[in-house]
Amino acid sequence: MNLTELIIKSIIILVIFGVTLVIAMYSTWAERKVAGFMQDRLGPNRAGPFGLLQPLADAGKMFFKEDFIPSQANKWLFIIGPCLAILTALMSSAVIPFGDSIRYEGLTIPVQGVEINIGILYVFGVVSLGVYGIMVGGWASNNKFSLLGAIRAASQNISYEIAMGLAIIAILMMTGSLSLRSIVAGQESFLTWNVFTQPLGFIIFLTCAFAECNRTPFDLPECETELVGGYHTEYSSMKLGFYLFAEYINMFVSSAVISTLYFGGYHYPFMNTVHNALTGSLGEVTGHNLATLIGMLVLFAKIFFFIFFFMWVRWTLPRFRYDQLMNLGWKSLIPLSILNVVVTGFGLLYDIEYASWLIVIVMVVLAVMSSARAPKRVVQPQRS
Amino acid sequence: MKATEIIFYVLTAITLLSASFVVTARNPVHSVLALILTFFCLTGHYVLMNAQFLAAVNIIVYAGAIMVLFLFTIMFLNLQKEDEESKTTLTKMAAVVVGGVLLVVMVAVFRAASVAPYDPATYNTRVGLVESLGMVLYKDYLLPFELASVLFLVAMVGAVMLGKREPGDRHF
Repeated sequence: MNLTELIIKSIIILVIFGVTLVIAMYSTWAERKVAGFMQDRLGPNRAGPFGLLQPLADAGKMFFKEDFIPSQANKWLFIIGPCLAILTALMSSAVIPFGDSIRYEGLTIPVQGVEINIGILYVFGVVSLGVYGIMVGGWASNNKFSLLGAIRAASQNISYEIAMGLAIIAILMMTGSLSLRSIVAGQESFLTWNVFTQPLGFIIFLTCAFAECNRTPFDLPECETELVGGYHTEYSSMKLGFYLFAEYINMFVSSAVISTLYFGGYHYPFMNTVHNALTGSLGEVTGHNLATLIGMLVLFAKIFFFIFFFMWVRWTLPRFRYDQLMNLGWKSLIPLSILNVVVTGFGLLYDIEYASWLIVIVMVVLAVMSSARAPKRVVQPQRS
Repeated sequence: MKATEIIFYVLTAITLLSASFVVTARNPVHSVLALILTFFCLTGHYVLMNAQFLAAVNIIVYAGAIMVLFLFTIMFLNLQKEDEESKTTLTKMAAVVVGGVLLVVMVAVFRAASVAPYDPATYNTRVGLVESLGMVLYKDYLLPFELASVLFLVAMVGAVMLGKREPGDRHF
């Protein structure tokens, strides 16, 4: 690896790191704007134009609050907790391919932090470590509510990781590789995007992503009426800020992973035509770099859509009860994802790419049948 | 000294330190966290040997799943107070004997074992990657692999049977 390549690589890594932080920062602003729009109000609009400086104001407030450590708390673990949470959240964006490649002085450098051949396992491993930040913080607070909140969050995360892993296995069977770049490369034309070949896997993965990020409708760890503030009850100042910020980074990373795994990453319809036209008119190097840039913009558009989707769901759906959450995870999603793996295997054996639709069709038919067979609810006339 | 050697020695030092802290820590939660750190360092060793798949699986299975359940159980049990009655002289003696026997066995094994020398010129660096591992597992060692999976299935069914609530059981 020569110096130019090293410099370009470092710039790419730093830019990915910075972009992750900036997007997570402005997600807090966007969330409040979206909430405001959905509830027919304005949202933050005082700090700067359209309230754009609101995240900075929030961060300033967080930094100037009293940094309080309870006297009976385990001091070091109390500090390590939020650090672990934000560290694991930031680590996972390293392997996501954000674009095709940059050509510079005869070098071809992929727009990605590191390309390893077990990319998806790396993401999965880092996600499974995210639990420690919550558990360590909740335990070290020496508060029963924090401990219960931490245990809730951890058990929810472990339960949904299984279904998530099984949904990924179906993707790996389709692609035959663990590398995220090859998974993206396998979805070159529009109809081979994994969302079309693996619709059930996509729905399972999306649900699990919501549960992993502790977002509504699965935001059980935070519950004012039962658990006060959940695992971060005792936290204040920027330590609390780290926990909240880690959630938004996780949201960005899971949106990026969903776009990469199921929505073709940086691919878009008629990509090759655009690439050929650009390289034809602007030359091999500039045209290729421009095409890469367009691909990156497309990927970020997909990511932003999914971040918006997360917020949309948060302000639309009520939360689950805890036993409903566990039943959904263990009794519905895990059997369904195992079935999905089996059906995908049969599809690969007999060369039917869209075999997974079979389960979706059967499920829809069953749902319609059961709702049609259900006894009609008698409308009670309202007594005046 | 090469960079990989420095990394190796630093990692080994952290591994040994954290592994001894697992045994000496008074607080069970600290002990579990040190064990997690030990697993991390072992993962680092796997990465140094270019066994990326093994490294990722070690993180996911041991650090990500098993140790979370360990931590879970210990937090639930709340082992803050010292359990003195379980530390009689007899148990201490038994522990020392068992540990000593294990040490003797390990030393004997490592004295007898000979590490095959390798030739850097012909050594295949891709041997630890997931493709070659899959080829070996599904071709040369297919039967042991399948038997191990049957064993896992039996263990899983057994766990479900043990955890199942029988009619008339108390609801906790």
